[in-house]
Amino acid sequence: MLHPTRRQALEQGPGLAGYRPPAGGFDELLDDEGRVRPVWRHFVEGFAGLSEAELKQRTARGEQYLHDAGVFFRRQGAEGAGGRTWPFSPVPLILHEREWRDLAGGLVQRAELLEAVAADLYGENRLVAEGLLPAGPVAANPAWLRPLVGVRPASGRWLHFLAFDVARRPDGRWRVLRDRTDSPAGAGTALETRLATQRVFQELFQDSHVHRLAGFFRAFRNALAGFDRVGGGRVGMLTAGPGGPNYFEHAYLARYLGFMLFEGEDIAVENGVATVRTVAGPRPLGVVWRRLRAGRADPLELDEASGAGVPGLVSAIREGALSAVNALGAGVLEEPALAPFLAKIAEARGGPSPGAPEGWWAAEAEDAPPSTAPVRAEGALRAEPAVLRLFLALTPEGWRAMPGGYARLGGGDGAPARDRGSVADIWVVSDAPVPVDTMAVRPSDAYVRPLPGTLPSRAADNLFWLGRYVERAEAAIRLLRALHLRMAETGARDNPLLASLRDYLRDMPLDPGETVPQGLLSTLDSALVCASRVHDRFSIDGWTALRNLTEAAEEMARTARPGDDTARIMTALLHRLAGLSGLVHENMYRFTGWRFLILGRELERASGMASALAHFADPAAPEGALDLAMEIGDCAMTYQRRYSLGTQRNMVVDLMVFDTMNPRSVLYLLDRMRNLIALLPGAETHGVMSPLARAALRAHAAIAVETPETVDRAALAALEERLDELSDLVSGAYLT
Amino acid sequence: MLYDIALAIRQHYDAPAAASRQTLRLLPPTLADRQQVVAAVVNASPPPAERRDRRDFFGNMATDLAFAGAHEEVVYSLAARVRREAGRGALPDSPPAAGLAEDMAAIRSLAPDAPHHFLAASPRLPAEPEFADYARAVLPAGAGAAEAVEAVGLALHRDMAFDAQATEVDTPALEAFRRRRGVCQDFTHAMIACLRALGVPAGYVSGFLRTDPPPGKPRLQGADAMHAWVRAWCGREAGWVEYDPTNACLAGEGHVTVARGRDYSDVAPVRGVLRSAGSQTSRHEVTMTPVGEELP
Repeated sequence: MLHPTRRQALEQGPGLAGYRPPAGGFDELLDDEGRVRPVWRHFVEGFAGLSEAELKQRTARGEQYLHDAGVFFRRQGAEGAGGRTWPFSPVPLILHEREWRDLAGGLVQRAELLEAVAADLYGENRLVAEGLLPAGPVAANPAWLRPLVGVRPASGRWLHFLAFDVARRPDGRWRVLRDRTDSPAGAGTALETRLATQRVFQELFQDSHVHRLAGFFRAFRNALAGFDRVGGGRVGMLTAGPGGPNYFEHAYLARYLGFMLFEGEDIAVENGVATVRTVAGPRPLGVVWRRLRAGRADPLELDEASGAGVPGLVSAIREGALSAVNALGAGVLEEPALAPFLAKIAEARGGPSPGAPEGWWAAEAEDAPPSTAPVRAEGALRAEPAVLRLFLALTPEGWRAMPGGYARLGGGDGAPARDRGSVADIWVVSDAPVPVDTMAVRPSDAYVRPLPGTLPSRAADNLFWLGRYVERAEAAIRLLRALHLRMAETGARDNPLLASLRDYLRDMPLDPGETVPQGLLSTLDSALVCASRVHDRFSIDGWTALRNLTEAAEEMARTARPGDDTARIMTALLHRLAGLSGLVHENMYRFTGWRFLILGRELERASGMASALAHFADPAAPEGALDLAMEIGDCAMTYQRRYSLGTQRNMVVDLMVFDTMNPRSVLYLLDRMRNLIALLPGAETHGVMSPLARAALRAHAAIAVETPETVDRAALAALEERLDELSDLVSGAYLT
Repeated sequence: MLYDIALAIRQHYDAPAAASRQTLRLLPPTLADRQQVVAAVVNASPPPAERRDRRDFFGNMATDLAFAGAHEEVVYSLAARVRREAGRGALPDSPPAAGLAEDMAAIRSLAPDAPHHFLAASPRLPAEPEFADYARAVLPAGAGAAEAVEAVGLALHRDMAFDAQATEVDTPALEAFRRRRGVCQDFTHAMIACLRALGVPAGYVSGFLRTDPPPGKPRLQGADAMHAWVRAWCGREAGWVEYDPTNACLAGEGHVTVARGRDYSDVAPVRGVLRSAGSQTSRHEVTMTPVGEELP
């Protein structure tokens, strides 16, 4: 079989054209003679067969996936929901499984050594006493956490999940640049990058015998659930929240692994046990996978300025009731000053073990540039220095390596910098087909219980307000559309109806002088903030739809002209909102979280209906106000079909307040709320209704006994008050 | 000398605080070389929902408290009887500050008393060149580590004014030093930072001062609240030297130790996290009086 040489590849269309690794270095793709290395040949053949246009299209597919999944590479200090999309390079870095196994074997040895060092630094301190480690750099390292000295982790191990930055020397041997032991980031990025790359090279991926990642994650998930002593299989991920640089990765991983995602305020420590504040009361938590720096985990005993942690977390660990992964304080192993001593410690522990790559523990500082690998940029392949991020997870069977990871490829000379360069998938390929694996639970797996009532109060709060904000935005859009339609009909001339509508808008508060008022944009923004804080519970499609809607509204705010143009824009926004509601209804699991979302929406809608009727169905309202009320309530069509006469107040009120066939009528909404509340935890205890359930029933009854004649401004105002009270009761019962 | 010590810390919250956790470091320990605790008890009012007493890394007595219900005021109190031996009368012989590194290298230990903990930057004391410049300027040529301790202490006592209004408990050490005003915490932090810059390991001591001076002696500054001073490591021979920069003297019979650490964050008498909307005010009342001594 003839393998394409470098020159031949150059002739095969867009493939390797222009790919020129620097002389004297190691290139992953081409050997010293410029021939494609065997492990790359299958990929290069397939790649070279793709036309420029096809490649572009496929790359766009991968990028779209990353965009939709909300992968942001947020720089620290960046504000708002901005940031740029992940700098994705579709061309994977390919390693043969033989080589990867050697490398992984070396990493496992390293992990064992690091574990021993951690156990010693938080235990007997023999390494320092024997002169194998200097005391100074340990004592000076802020990641060596004195409150954890002498505290043995409940799991018996300090390290459970590790990442390594690995590079290849010019002579082909591997070396570790950094050990990441505190709360290593990037596992989610590896997954995302894999999924995006798969979308670009679907067929190539299928027949390249690439090892799958799911088995690694499943093993880690089951291992964590196994450590739990108090929580009945409950594993929480602790994140610093949406403000943190890696929040999207955390939300993604929580969703993928089926873990609950917590912020500090979700967890409280009581009598030495960590508990989750859920809508059904406190629930014990046995394992927490930290996604924030250890120092930030407990403001009481660690960094006093940390606003993100859980006061008392260290005490729960000290009591042995909580396992932190990795153990608090494991970050001390990241101290670069310790690295040169690892070789000596390894030797003292029994010499270099077989299986580690040659020169593995070499401690000499090296300036040699890492090996290069192909990056696709501006329509061509470029050789860029590559640093591999590889992962290990501890399972009951020992350390297990992720067969993959990602490579950071530098944007220029030298090693890739944090804020430059791009990211590529790592394919570990086999000569023979590999088993296809998924995250689906197997009968033999540890049981991770998705318990009802474990909805954190904070998540419930955000879902409730997400429901309210989206509905508030919808009401605003209907009002604005009504205004601009009438402006288009009547020209610029003012009339009593327009004046009345403008007054109403100002109360919202929406400035009727703006086409897309700031008030609407900030309502949408608030909805987006709520959604981003429940990223792990809200469907990706729903989130994408909401974000696109918000972006579209902001875009339109710049160009919209009053009248017809704005009315059209509002219609377009309404359609998008309808799409969002559809996604939520079709795709969201009908569970406690969904109930809070819908409860928020119905409450806001009922309140908006009451206030619109009070204003526009008032006997003193100007002509045309009743039609306007029905337009806002989205029931003008029904009215026409049913009554086919001129608009009469009592009929309008009947339709909009009492008609339970109308899903926007007040009574329908109150009935819905009553039923939702009855299904929330604690709605009834031993046959006694909770204050919230009683209030919902009262609000319903208060309207049910009225008639269209008696529903006047005062009755509607009373209803609005009852709804406010209901909202407060929801907050008081579940959300604080 | 035998003392009776009484302390009350009153914290008042403008808005009721719910679900707070606090760690107190108020109980004086027995220290083999200088003080014995005859009896000591710490209490909180309202009574906490949880309480645990433990020793922290540096060997200090820590009391963890958790309060469940909402409260507007909490009072922490200490009552203790402590015997304090006389301190060192004079500075020990010590190698020059620059020579301490060799002594330190020989100490292969991360035990709480090892000097290694006290040389690098610590949470409240990031490395600041201003302290280093000042320290070098006041250091006599050829001074041993212990002379350096006294020289820096005397210089700070001369250049900084005691002013209880000038700083808060959270004022950064550098800011207080720049203003050249502050309380014992600020004097102590400035001195620690200066000594570390000279290569002398230095830490923070919280404690009590005798309220009324012995007959014929002046009343010391800082006696009406919890006090703070410096401990510095002056080599393997000399060991730790304790110096009070607020009063420009070696810590002696009138200084009772409560807690020791790298800086204030390790020894804060009350460290807490609470959920409260408003601000809080805190008031200390301290007396430390000799037992069985004729009062003037």
